[in-house]
Amino acid sequence: MRLTLDDLKRVLIEGSGAGEGVDLDGDILDVTFEQLGYDSLALLETASRLAREYRIDLDDDAAVAASTPRDLLDLANATEGEPA
Amino acid sequence: MTTLVTGIGVVAPNGLGADDFWAATLAGRGALSPVRRFDARDYPARLAGEVPGFDAAAYLPSRLLPQTDHMTRLALVAADWALADAGVGPDTYDPYDMGVITASSAGGFEFGQRELRNLWSQGSEYVSAYQAFAWFYAVNTGQISIRHQMKGPSGVVVTDQAGGLDALAQAHRQLVRGSRLIVSGGVDGSLCPWGWVAQLAGGRLSTSADPDRAFQPFDDAAAGHVPGEGGAILVLEDAGAAAERGAPRVYGELAGYAATFDPLPGSGRPPGLRRAIEGALDAAGVEPAEIDIVFADAAAVPELDQVESDAITAVFGPGAVPVTAPKTMTGRLYAGGGALDVVAALLAIRDGVVPPTVNVERAARHRLDLVTSRARPMTVSRALVLARGHGGFNSALVVRAAPGTSRHANEEVHDATDSG
Repeated sequence: MRLTLDDLKRVLIEGSGAGEGVDLDGDILDVTFEQLGYDSLALLETASRLAREYRIDLDDDAAVAASTPRDLLDLANATEGEPA
Repeated sequence: MTTLVTGIGVVAPNGLGADDFWAATLAGRGALSPVRRFDARDYPARLAGEVPGFDAAAYLPSRLLPQTDHMTRLALVAADWALADAGVGPDTYDPYDMGVITASSAGGFEFGQRELRNLWSQGSEYVSAYQAFAWFYAVNTGQISIRHQMKGPSGVVVTDQAGGLDALAQAHRQLVRGSRLIVSGGVDGSLCPWGWVAQLAGGRLSTSADPDRAFQPFDDAAAGHVPGEGGAILVLEDAGAAAERGAPRVYGELAGYAATFDPLPGSGRPPGLRRAIEGALDAAGVEPAEIDIVFADAAAVPELDQVESDAITAVFGPGAVPVTAPKTMTGRLYAGGGALDVVAALLAIRDGVVPPTVNVERAARHRLDLVTSRARPMTVSRALVLARGHGGFNSALVVRAAPGTSRHANEEVHDATDSG
C-alpha cells in the first residue's frame, strides 16, 4: 500500500494542526513545508506518526530534510513494506 | 526612564477577559469549586480555581493546539488581548525592539504528564515531538514571541509565586536597556494529577471541601490555599515610545520594585518581606503614607500570614493602610498571581474602587484594615502589590497613576533588587 497525499495531509493535521491562512486542500504536492507552516518538529512528529500508523520507519534526519510533501511521500514509499 | 502599562489581557477563574474579571472581582464573585479538569475526588485537596468555558480552538489556529499545554493556550490568548488592547501590531516597532518576559512556576505540567504516560505505557514513538518544548518554563515566552514576531530581549523568570512581579521587574530592566516594548506578566496552572501531587507535597494546600472555607488568609481558620489557573499578560512600554506612537491608553506606571530572599530557617534573622516593601517604596520615592492600598500575598498559612501582617504593620502602622486579597476569589495562580494583582491594582486606580477579600473574617492578631465583604470606593493613586514564592522569595511592586494624571508625574523609576 502506498502512502498518498491525503494520508499525509491527515497525519500532518492530526499531529501538528494547520496554520492560519494555509489551504491544505489545494495543490500542495510541491509547496514547501515552510510555506505550509510546518517546521522541523512538525516533520519529526509526522515521521513518528507514520511509524505508528503505517509502520513506515523513516530516519529522523531524512524526514526533516524533506522540503515538500512530494519529497516526504517519495521517502515514505521507498521504505514502504519493510517491517517496523 | 518611565515604564508604563499600555495593555492588559486577563484569563482568570472568575472572568475571561479583563472586563469580566473586573466586574466579577468588584462584585466579590468567587470561582473556587470542585476540580473538573481531572478526577480529584480521592485526593486530600479537591478544590481549584479553574478558568471556565475556555475553548482554545475558538481563539487559536489548529497549528498551535497539538504543541501547547492548556496554560500556554491561556497565555497566548491573554497576550493577544493585551496587544490588541495596547493597539500594538507586528509593525508598531522593529521586531528587535519588542521582547517577551514571563513568569512560570512549573511549565506545561499537564502536557508533560500526558507524554510521560505515553512514553511509559506505549513507548517512545508515542511521545509528541512537541514535548521538546511544550513543558518548559520558557514555553509561554517562546510561543508569544513567535506568534507576534518579537525578537528582542526575552526570557522567563522562575521564582515560584513571586514570579508574576519579578517578571515585570525584569521587563522594566530591559526597557531601561533600550527595548521599547516588553510583553510580560504570567499565566500559569498545573491542574493535573502530576501537578497536584507536587503541590500537595509542598504542604500548603487546603484540604477543605467547602469553597467558602477553603482559602481564608488572615482568618483564624486559615489552613492553606486553593490553587488556581490563569493570570495576566501586560504590555509594558517605555513612556517616550508610547507617547511617540500615540498609545491609545495608559493604565499606570511601574514606579518601584524590590525583591529579597528570606534567611535560612533557624538563622534567627528576620523574614525578608519587610525589607522588600521598604525597598519598593524607596525605589518609587514614596512614603508609606502615600500608598493607598496594599494587595497582599495572602498565603493563608498561619505563620506566613503573621509574617505578612507584621511586615505591613511595621512599615505602615497598625490598620493604617487598606489591605485586600482578591485572590480569595480565584485561588492562588502561582506565577500568574502577582501579574493579576497588578492588573487589579491598575484597574483600582482607573476606577477609584478597591476589590474585596472574600470569605475572610480577620483575626484580631492581624492588625490590618482588611477590605472584606464588599468593594470599597476610594481614590487610588498608588498601590503596593506583594507576592511571595516557596523557598524564600519576597517581591514588592509599587504601581501608580500615569504621569500627567499623578501628582508625582516627574518621579523617576528605580529598581532596588536586593538578593541578600
